[in-house]
Amino acid sequence: MKSLQARHALLADTGYQLTVLSQADAAGAHLPAFAHKLRETGLLPLRPTSLRVMQINVGKMCNQVCKHCHVDAGPDRTEIMTRETMQQCLAALAQSDIQVVDLTGGAPEMNPDFRWLVEQISALGRQTIVRCNLTIIVANKKYHDLPEFFAKHRVQVVSSLPHFSAARTDAQRGEGVFGRSIRALQMLNEVGYGVEGSGLQLDLVFNPSGAFLPGNQASLEREFKQRLLREHGIVFNNLLAITNLPVSRFLEYLLESGNYESYMEKLVAAYNPTAAENVMCRSTLSVSWDGLLYDCDFNQMLELPVAATAPQHIRDFDEAALNARAIVVNQHCFGCTAGAGSSCGGATT
Amino acid sequence: MEKSTYYNPADLAKFGNITEWQPEMGNKFFAYYAEVFKDGALSEREKSLIALAVAHAVQCPYCIDAYTSDSLQKGADEAQMMEAVHVAAAIKGGAALVHGVQMMNKAKELSM
Repeated sequence: MKSLQARHALLADTGYQLTVLSQADAAGAHLPAFAHKLRETGLLPLRPTSLRVMQINVGKMCNQVCKHCHVDAGPDRTEIMTRETMQQCLAALAQSDIQVVDLTGGAPEMNPDFRWLVEQISALGRQTIVRCNLTIIVANKKYHDLPEFFAKHRVQVVSSLPHFSAARTDAQRGEGVFGRSIRALQMLNEVGYGVEGSGLQLDLVFNPSGAFLPGNQASLEREFKQRLLREHGIVFNNLLAITNLPVSRFLEYLLESGNYESYMEKLVAAYNPTAAENVMCRSTLSVSWDGLLYDCDFNQMLELPVAATAPQHIRDFDEAALNARAIVVNQHCFGCTAGAGSSCGGATT
Repeated sequence: MEKSTYYNPADLAKFGNITEWQPEMGNKFFAYYAEVFKDGALSEREKSLIALAVAHAVQCPYCIDAYTSDSLQKGADEAQMMEAVHVAAAIKGGAALVHGVQMMNKAKELSM
């Protein structure tokens, strides 16, 4: 499987994705506008609460090509953050109260300056989260010491494992990914990750491997903990249940499998006003590989930048102007407000 | 045009409408229903798999649709779901076969 971009697919064009999301269904009916739902809930315009997390997407290069990837990441993607842009992120951090830096990609570890960036964030006394796809740890000898490196900098590791069965995991993330992920999890456990009392946090992400919503997060966590311990001797801290948003390759999957309309209807029917109040974009700033600013990683991938009243690039970081902005919303946002709510930190209610 | 079949998938989403003609009983049923499927001595996933098996036993297309989605949502995999269907099949098949004892008893009673 290749990225949408490498296949020159229509959906590689974000304008086309937004057109699909705003179209009527086969019967001519339009879904309610997300903005209209927010207005009903008294949340329009959607405003930030306080800036707590800077999520930096350090590049789209990845060793995996997952079917549901909203980044359209893969080995063929060359967009990568330079050290100069990282320095601009660090300068912004230094002048703000943001305590958490969430590093994502692609596989963030494939950025040649990844370790340097983590060291600098540590030196600023801020917490780093890395969204590690697990298989990168065993992909090449030069990554085998990542668990030790993460432990040294007390990095919080957040990793996708959509299922405790190999078949369901491989169906979403590629042939053989489950086995390699299990090996990587064991390596993380060996240095103390996920082990009680170690202070080294290892969280797993459950993404549905298909056109359905995640179930109860606590219940899934119990199930995952039992199965992974019994079958592979693996321990971890929290399971984060994240809803797949209709963006990029997951949107392609929905359209090609004939599930698009029913999935969108499911998201809309499950709209939860409490989840809407708690959406992560109210406390997050998303920075792209080229330093541009977005309200979240999904808006970034749809090329919907922060409102024009706010700075557009990290070099012009201005916390007050960002806190006063109106968050940009669109139809994909129904994914974060469905059911128990969804964010990079799992359920929000 | 209205589909001329007894079962229409779109009707599943209208299940809640049964309260329109008898709100008190309907609402009590749905409150009970919601309570039944909560995490308890059995996990939500286990209850969903039992529901999936029963759905096959009672041959309800709505329930099969609903509890296939629900089982996936609750984290069940294909092997677990198919084993649940086999449990239903074994009990349904066994229920027919166990009456074979009754047949044998009667045959023996009538035979020399």
